[in-house]
Amino acid sequence: MLAAGDETRIIAGGQTLVPLMAMRLARPKRLIDIARLSDLAFVRHERDAIAIGATTRQCLLERDALVRADVPLLAKVMPFVGHAAIRARGTIGGSLANADPAAEIPLVAVTLGATMLYREDAANVEIAAADFFLGPMMTTLPAAGCLTAVRFPLWGGARIGVGFHEIGARPGDFAFAAAAAQIALNADGVCQRLALGIGAVAARPLRPDTVAKALEGTRVEARVVQEAVRAALADIDLFSDLHASAEYRRRAAECLAVRAITDAHQSAEAARAS
Amino acid sequence: MRVELTVNGETRVLEVEPRMSLLDCLRERLLLTGAHAGCEHGVCGACTVLIDGVPTRSCLMFAVQADGYAITTIEGLTPGPGELSPIQDAFCETHGMQCGYCTPAMILTAHALLASNPTPTRAQIVDAISANICRCTGYAQIVEAIALAAERMSGLNQPGRRP
Repeated sequence: MLAAGDETRIIAGGQTLVPLMAMRLARPKRLIDIARLSDLAFVRHERDAIAIGATTRQCLLERDALVRADVPLLAKVMPFVGHAAIRARGTIGGSLANADPAAEIPLVAVTLGATMLYREDAANVEIAAADFFLGPMMTTLPAAGCLTAVRFPLWGGARIGVGFHEIGARPGDFAFAAAAAQIALNADGVCQRLALGIGAVAARPLRPDTVAKALEGTRVEARVVQEAVRAALADIDLFSDLHASAEYRRRAAECLAVRAITDAHQSAEAARAS
Repeated sequence: MRVELTVNGETRVLEVEPRMSLLDCLRERLLLTGAHAGCEHGVCGACTVLIDGVPTRSCLMFAVQADGYAITTIEGLTPGPGELSPIQDAFCETHGMQCGYCTPAMILTAHALLASNPTPTRAQIVDAISANICRCTGYAQIVEAIALAAERMSGLNQPGRRP
């Protein structure tokens, strides 16, 4: 049915698709409801990653012990995904497949270099998050493809810290800018690995790897963080709309990215002390 | 499409258009008009009902998707005809409403909160109702109503039981 044309869409939680339909931005002729496919609702270890099934509801991820222990950035971000009433129905796969530029889960997927898994006919396809998101509500997922899971790579070592900040008109509303960071420190407190992602400011989540390059191997000094973040955002075209101009978004994104990195660094240091 | 909806403890079998939202189905087919249509795209929360006890937007769900779940609307909270639940009582007493449009959803949301957390802090109350927009009250009396209901339901304001 999916392969027959682009007028059939998959629905799971419906928390992104149904508002789009209400506003007539999406006008599917047929919907295929996968919300109750229990085979697609899971959180489990898979190789060096945590795999999460596409129909796993967001409210379950919010309290999942495995997610909290092994994908702490995702656990940190979950309370910011819409409101509790949205997370009660919304799924992780729906958030990824619909690719709202302001959505938090795609931001985490890009930040951590997650892998998307989808099924097209009988073939199982894997694609990196960085290549999956094309633009607002657009992904490389083919019309006949169904997202089945997402795999978040595990970072080795106990000294891992995460940080997340966003700003919007009200908590739970669409963010104007968001930043997520994860840091791994070695025994001497030197940054071994850093991932920074910035969301809601451009057509898809950004992962400015120049920031990671500038900070890996250092002690993450505030001045270096500030300069690296500013330089990374300097030449990027950002969204501008009624709520927030591009210049506002640049300032906000800079500030939030610095805060996210600082939080991640501090929580990694605390993990070291304990 | 045939759908079996369990609403306020009663199972109803209906033939509905697949495109009919749960909200429209409750209001138009079951004549339960306590769930209100506000923005109809998931922002305002006026259509909130409980699905297996959890606040959910009935405008973002199709009736056919609700098959088999336990649905609770504001009509299902009263203990009997002409009576009010302790939360509804508290909303009356503190005047936790003005126009009343958001009220059924606020009360259902409060009901779910107090079922899982009988002694919420003010911050937890505010967080719980943050997905429900009220354009009249400024929220103060709504928060007060939920705090009062919590106090009563946990027995804290009964004579001789003050902590």
